[in-house]
Amino acid sequence: MYKIIKRRELTPSIVLMDVYAPRMAKSAQPGQFLIVRVHDKGERIPLTICDYDREKGTITIVTQVVGASSRRICHMQEGDEFVDFAGPLGRASEFIFEDKEEVKGRRYLFIAGGLGTAPVYPQVKYLHDCGAKVDVIIGAKNKDMVILEREMSEVCDNLYICTDDGSYGKKGLVTDLLKELMDSGEVYDMAVAIGPMIMMKFVTLTLKPYNVPLIVSLNTLMVDGTGMCGACRVTVGNQTKFACVDGPEFDAYQVDFEEAMRRQGMYKNIEKEADHKCKIGLGN
Amino acid sequence: MRNKIPRVPVREQDPKIRVTNFSEVCYGYNQEEAMLEASRCLMCKKPACVTDCPVTIQIPQFISKIAEGDFMEAARILFADTSLPAVCGRVCPQESQCEGSCILGKKGEPVAIGKLERFIADWSRENGVVFLEKEPDNGKKVAIIGSGPAGLACATDLAKMGYNVTIFEALHEPGGVLQYGIPEFRLPKESVVRSEIENVFKLGVKIETNVVVGRTVTIDQLMNDEGFMAVFVGSGAGLPKFMGIPGENLNGVVSANEFLTRNNLMRAYDPDYETPIYVGKRVAVVGGGNVAMDAARSAKRLGADVTIIYRRTEKELPARVEEVHHAKEEMIDFKMLTNPVEIIGNESGWVKGIKCIKMELGEPDSSGRRSPIAIPDSHFDIETDVVIMSLGTSANPLIAETTPGLQINRWNCLIADDNGVTSKEGVFAGGDVVTGAATVILAMGAGRRAAKEIDLYLKNKKS
Ligand SMILES: Cc1cc2nc3c(=O)[nH]c(=O)nc-3n(C[C@H](O)[C@H](O)[C@H](O)COP(=O)(O)OP(=O)(O)OC[C@H]3O[C@@H](n4cnc5c(N)ncnc54)[C@H](O)[C@@H]3O)c2cc1C
Ligand SMILES: Cc1cc2nc3c(=O)[nH]c(=O)nc-3n(C[C@H](O)[C@H](O)[C@H](O)COP(=O)(O)OP(=O)(O)OC[C@H]3O[C@@H](n4cnc5c(N)ncnc54)[C@H](O)[C@@H]3O)c2cc1C
Ligand code: SF4
Ligand code: SF4
Ligand code: FES
Repeated sequence: MYKIIKRRELTPSIVLMDVYAPRMAKSAQPGQFLIVRVHDKGERIPLTICDYDREKGTITIVTQVVGASSRRICHMQEGDEFVDFAGPLGRASEFIFEDKEEVKGRRYLFIAGGLGTAPVYPQVKYLHDCGAKVDVIIGAKNKDMVILEREMSEVCDNLYICTDDGSYGKKGLVTDLLKELMDSGEVYDMAVAIGPMIMMKFVTLTLKPYNVPLIVSLNTLMVDGTGMCGACRVTVGNQTKFACVDGPEFDAYQVDFEEAMRRQGMYKNIEKEADHKCKIGLGN
Repeated sequence: MRNKIPRVPVREQDPKIRVTNFSEVCYGYNQEEAMLEASRCLMCKKPACVTDCPVTIQIPQFISKIAEGDFMEAARILFADTSLPAVCGRVCPQESQCEGSCILGKKGEPVAIGKLERFIADWSRENGVVFLEKEPDNGKKVAIIGSGPAGLACATDLAKMGYNVTIFEALHEPGGVLQYGIPEFRLPKESVVRSEIENVFKLGVKIETNVVVGRTVTIDQLMNDEGFMAVFVGSGAGLPKFMGIPGENLNGVVSANEFLTRNNLMRAYDPDYETPIYVGKRVAVVGGGNVAMDAARSAKRLGADVTIIYRRTEKELPARVEEVHHAKEEMIDFKMLTNPVEIIGNESGWVKGIKCIKMELGEPDSSGRRSPIAIPDSHFDIETDVVIMSLGTSANPLIAETTPGLQINRWNCLIADDNGVTSKEGVFAGGDVVTGAATVILAMGAGRRAAKEIDLYLKNKKS
C-alpha cells in the first residue's frame, strides 16, 4: 500500500499529493509516468510523475477530476493509501540522456495547458538545475485553473500566463501567446508542449513555421503501461508506436493527432454508463 | 481387463447456459469418477506418459493412489513435482503431452491424466492440504522477475531448498498469463489461481508487486545494491503483434491481450469492477491459437456474435482440441482459409467491417506445413463492430535493454541454455521469455531446471 503523505488542493478540481513510494522515488526521471489503482476493484489510471524526493521516498502527483476514477483519487486524504502505485513507466525526457554541458547552452520553451503545468514542472526544474535557459507559457481556462505558478516561477527565466477568459494574465489561448512570442523574435533551440491533445495539436501547427523542434507528451488510454496490451497505440511518423513504452514523449511533427484524439474517446460512452454502475454486454 | 472400461466422461456446463456466464465450463471428476478413471491406468513399468510431461510428474504412482482412494498420498506425490497442479490439470495441452503418449491411447482413449491431476489438486485445496517441507534457511537471496508459471515454479523449488526468494512483478496481481490471459471460465482466478499461488507464498517466498524491473529497479541494482546473489528472469512473452494492415488503429480494433486483460485481470465482465470493455454486437477474432479461442469465447459471454478468422484450415488450428470443441459448442462461427487485408471504418473512425481474401493451402514447405496462398480476386467483406487481433506475442525488450551483458536473439527472446544459463553471470532465464509463447507446463519445467542450476551455481560460488 502507498500512503498519501501530503495533500494540497490546487483548485477545487485539481489536487496535488505526495505519495510514499521509495522504490519509485529512487529511479523516477522527468517525463515518466506511473499507474495507480485506488481500490481493489478500481481501474489502472496513468498519471505523470510531477516531482520526486529521493531522500523522503515520495512521488508527487497532480490529478484533475475528469471521470469516476480521477474523482476518487481527488477525494483521498492524507493518510489514505493507494492499493497500487506502479512505475516509473515510459521513457524519460530525451535531455536526461544528453550531455549536461550541451543542455546548459540551450534555450527551451515550454507550453503547458491546464493540468499540463504539473508534468512540465519537473522538466523545467531539471533543465534549470542544469543551467539551461527556460521560458514557460501556462494557459488555463480562468484564473482559478492556473496551477503551480509560484513553483514554476522559481525555476524558469520568463513565465507567461494566459487565460481563455482573460481573468488572469493575457486573454487568449496559448497558441496566441506562442505566436506573439515567436514573432517578437525570441529564439529557442527546443520546445515542449504538454496539455490536452487538442492543445498539443494546435501548438504543433502554430510552431511548425518557426522550425523549432517540438516534443509532446501523449496521454493516450492505457491499461498495463508496460507494452503488453497495445491500448496506447499511436501513429508517429506513419509507424504504430506504444505510448507507454516508446513514449510518452514524441516528436510532435510526426504525431497523427486526429487519430490520437479519436482513440482517446473509445470508451467515452461506456465510462459514462460506468458512472451509474451499469455495464454493457452481460445485461439483459 | 482394466482397459476395457471406457474413459470416464467429465461433466460440463451446458453450452447454452455457459455462454451467459463466466463460471467454469468443466466441473471435473467427483471421487467415484476419479477412482474409476484411475483404475484404467495400466501402471506401466516404463511409463511413456511421464517422459512427455515437462515436469516429469510420477503419473502412474499418483494415479494408483487415487485408484486406492488414498488421495492424501496421491497429493504428496503430485506436489513433489509441481506447485500448480490445479492449473496444469486444467490448461495443459495433454493431448500432445502426457496423454498423447499414454499407451492406452494407441488403441483407445488415453487415461484422463489431466482431469485426475485436477481432481487431486482440487481435493487438496478443499481439504486444506499443503506440503510445506523445506530445507533450513540458508540465508542466500535470489530474485525472481515475473510471477508467471516459470517464476513461480523456480521460486517454489528454491524456497524448498532453503533460499530466501523474492519475486518482483510488474502488475498488481501475481500469476502472469494465468491471471491476465486465460479466462475465468477455463481457470477460475480466486478459487484456483490465487489459492495455488498462495501456497507458494506459504513456503516463505516474498513478492513485491508493481515493480517493473528495468524501470523501477534494474537487475544490476538488485545484484549489486540489494544483495541478490542470483536472478531468474521469467518475464514471459507479452508483447502483442499486429498485422500491419490498413485500419488497424481504428476504434474497435484491440489486441487479444488488451481484451483479455480488461476482462480477466481487471474483471471488466463483473459490474462491481470499474474497468470498461467494449464488445459491440459482432466481434471478429483474427487468429487460431488458444488465445484466439479465449478471446472469442469471452466475447461470446459478453453478449456478441463471434466469428474466428483463420488463414489455414481447421486441421492446422494451433489451439488445443478441447478449446476448439468448446468454442464450436458455443456457436462460435469459424471462417477458415480467410485472411484479413484491411479493416474498414465508418465516418467517425469506428470499425464497421473487415475486408478479407480467400486462401488455399499450397504445397508443403521444408517444415512440412502447407502454407496458405491468397486466391486472386476473391475479396469479400465481413461486417463487424470489434476486431480482436490474436496473432501471437513476443518478448518485451525492456529487461534486455536495461541489463548490460544479457543477450537476446532476433526475436527479442533472451538467450539461455536448457538449464536457464544466460550470457550474464548469476542471471538465469526460462519460460516464454526464452522460448517465445509456449505453454504453462513448459515454462514451469524451465523454471524448475533453472532452480537446480541456480542451486549448483550458488553452491559452487566462493563468496
Ligand atoms: C501518460 C499519461 C499521463 C497522464 N498524466 C496525468 C496527470 O498527471 N494528471 C491527471 O489528472 N491525468 C493524467 N492523465 C490522464 C488520466 O489518466 C485520465 O484523466 C484518467 O485516466 C481518467 O480516468 P477517469 O476514470 O477519471 O475518467 P474516465 O471516466 O475514464 O474518463 C472521463 C473522460 O476523460 C477522457 N479520458 C480518459 N482517459 C483519458 C486520458 N488518458 N487523457 C485524456 N482524457 C482521457 C475520457 O474519454 C472521458 O471523456 C495522464 C494520462 C496518461 C496516458
Ligand atoms: C490467452 C492465453 C491462453 C493460453 N492458454 C494456454 C493453455 O491453455 N495451456 C497452456 O499450457 N498455455 C497457455 N497459454 C500460454 C501460457 O500461458 C504461457 O506459455 C505461460 O504463461 C508462460 O509462462 P511464463 O512464466 O514464461 O510467462 P508469463 O505467464 O507471461 O508471466 C510473466 C510475468 O512477468 C511479468 N513481467 C514482465 N516483464 C516484467 C518486468 N520487467 N518486471 C517485472 N515483471 C515483469 C509479467 O507481468 C507476468 O506476470 C496461453 C497464453 C495466453 C496469452
Ligand atoms: S503437468 Fe501437464 S503434462 Fe504433466 S502430467 Fe500434468 S497435465 Fe500432463
Ligand atoms: S502410459 Fe497411460 S497407462 Fe501407462 S502409466 Fe501412463 S497413464 Fe498409465
Ligand atoms: S498501455 Fe498497454 S501497451 Fe501501452
